[in-house]
Amino acid sequence: MPPPIDTIRFNETPEGVELGLQVAGPVPRALALLLDTLIRAALVLALTPLLALSGFGLGLMLLGFFLLEWFYPVFFEVRTGATPGKSAFGLRVVHDDGTPVGLAASMIRNLLRVVDFLPALYGAGLVSTLVDRDFRRLGDLAAGTLVVYAQGQERQRAIPEALPQPLPPGLGSETQRAILSFAERGQRLSLARRVELAEILTAVSGENGELAVARVSGWANWLARGPGVRSP
Amino acid sequence: MKQQQFETANTAAWDQYRRLLETLEGGRSGDRAQGEGSVDLDRFPHLYRQVCGHYALACSRGYSPGLSSDLHDLVRRGYCQVYRRRPRLIQPALTFMASHFPRTLRRHALLFWLAMALLFAPMLGMGLATHADGEVIYSLIEATQVAELEAMYDPSNPRPGRGVERQADTDFAMFGFYVMNNVGIGFRSFAGGLILGLGSAFILLFNGSYIGAAAGHLTRLDYGTTFWPFVAGHAPYELTAIAISGAAGLLLGKALLVPGNRTRLAALRVNARDAILLVGGASIMLLLAAVVEAFWSSGPAPAPVKYGVGVAGWLLLGLYLTLAGRGSSHGA
Repeated sequence: MPPPIDTIRFNETPEGVELGLQVAGPVPRALALLLDTLIRAALVLALTPLLALSGFGLGLMLLGFFLLEWFYPVFFEVRTGATPGKSAFGLRVVHDDGTPVGLAASMIRNLLRVVDFLPALYGAGLVSTLVDRDFRRLGDLAAGTLVVYAQGQERQRAIPEALPQPLPPGLGSETQRAILSFAERGQRLSLARRVELAEILTAVSGENGELAVARVSGWANWLARGPGVRSP
Repeated sequence: MKQQQFETANTAAWDQYRRLLETLEGGRSGDRAQGEGSVDLDRFPHLYRQVCGHYALACSRGYSPGLSSDLHDLVRRGYCQVYRRRPRLIQPALTFMASHFPRTLRRHALLFWLAMALLFAPMLGMGLATHADGEVIYSLIEATQVAELEAMYDPSNPRPGRGVERQADTDFAMFGFYVMNNVGIGFRSFAGGLILGLGSAFILLFNGSYIGAAAGHLTRLDYGTTFWPFVAGHAPYELTAIAISGAAGLLLGKALLVPGNRTRLAALRVNARDAILLVGGASIMLLLAAVVEAFWSSGPAPAPVKYGVGVAGWLLLGLYLTLAGRGSSHGA
């Protein structure tokens, strides 16, 4: 089976399981960057009243500008895994093995922002994210980091109870998973759509309409819960 | 085993694991973790490995995609906790400056000397050229900037090294300015290395020429008596640190031009790890240089003392970079 055409990048952990990292494309990243730019601009504005303190205030303000310019992303990435802008779009920065980003990698990717910005407005970074399979900009390539979606919310996935019915012979594991997936997600679909999908699965046995839905739920119950009372 | 039996058998473990995860994720401030979970946390690695096993089973037994993705999510969250790198600041920063930084620099001594040459050769050349001919400086620096420069180091200027409009600024304000400007240059000369090393080379050459031109021109105008004592104190750290930042950039360029036995991407990654150490060390040196420049260089100490401090700075810096971190290899 060829790998699915998707932006998920698989990575084997030391425990021997494959973790899927869903890398984020240029558009959400650009929006997160825009939000971060706005936040940073607001912080710069918030620092200007320091000028009222004359010389010392000016020094503090310049130091603040320096920190905001270079260390704003590093600070947030190392502490929480993402800048406020990235958090707002559900993004996280991770090493390419999926672990949370550390200080060295975060420094590399954020100092190299200067080059990604060239020739103007992240031109080089955009080209790099479009060319690279994992949407990495130049700083990410050098630092070995990825920007991924922080997946998370657990969905309702109870398989509705129904009388278990044995599967027709010859259904491969792909089809079995499709049946289970249908049963889990069916509740979130309209009745018409449920019927339409169930009829694809019951094409062999030939049920139509709601009968098909009931048949597929029966199969799903057989798969997930076993034959039920009839089994010893 | 059917999916339902599997789920009922393991729900208790998953719930416990989920609670520990929430403690770990939410308790970065450490409050909740101290209360009840501190004993339980010992079980976390075990539970994590168990859940990994459950996830692998769910995939291979063809359990429902929903269950697999839930378990995948649990594994992913645990993985982030188990393999998190915890940044600690003070102690590592000290050992870093005491040994890692000079060691890393010595490992890339050739590039360091190349960067020093890129900085100092044009400095010397432009210095001699502008000293010999008063017109040469205008080929590099605009006339208005030259005028500002002359005003800054005019012996009649009560605060040498500061422009007319900066006379009123306090030392601390100048410190902020030096940090922003100099560390920024250091960071840029590192980043510029990603353009096949050309960006770093350009920044080194440009800054070398600029400093050389200014020094030569001011000496020619007999402003040397204010210029040289002013720069003597911080020059060792500042110039060397800029060269080190440039060397870090050249290290990135080297990965792209001469990757050796690796692919270019792999070489870039490996070299970037060393380069960022050099940049970190260089920026701490630039911070030191900014302290010296803001609070000492413009101070009232007589010129011989300032020259003495400058010479001592070069000697100490040389000793530090050649000797620090030799011998014992603990913590490397």
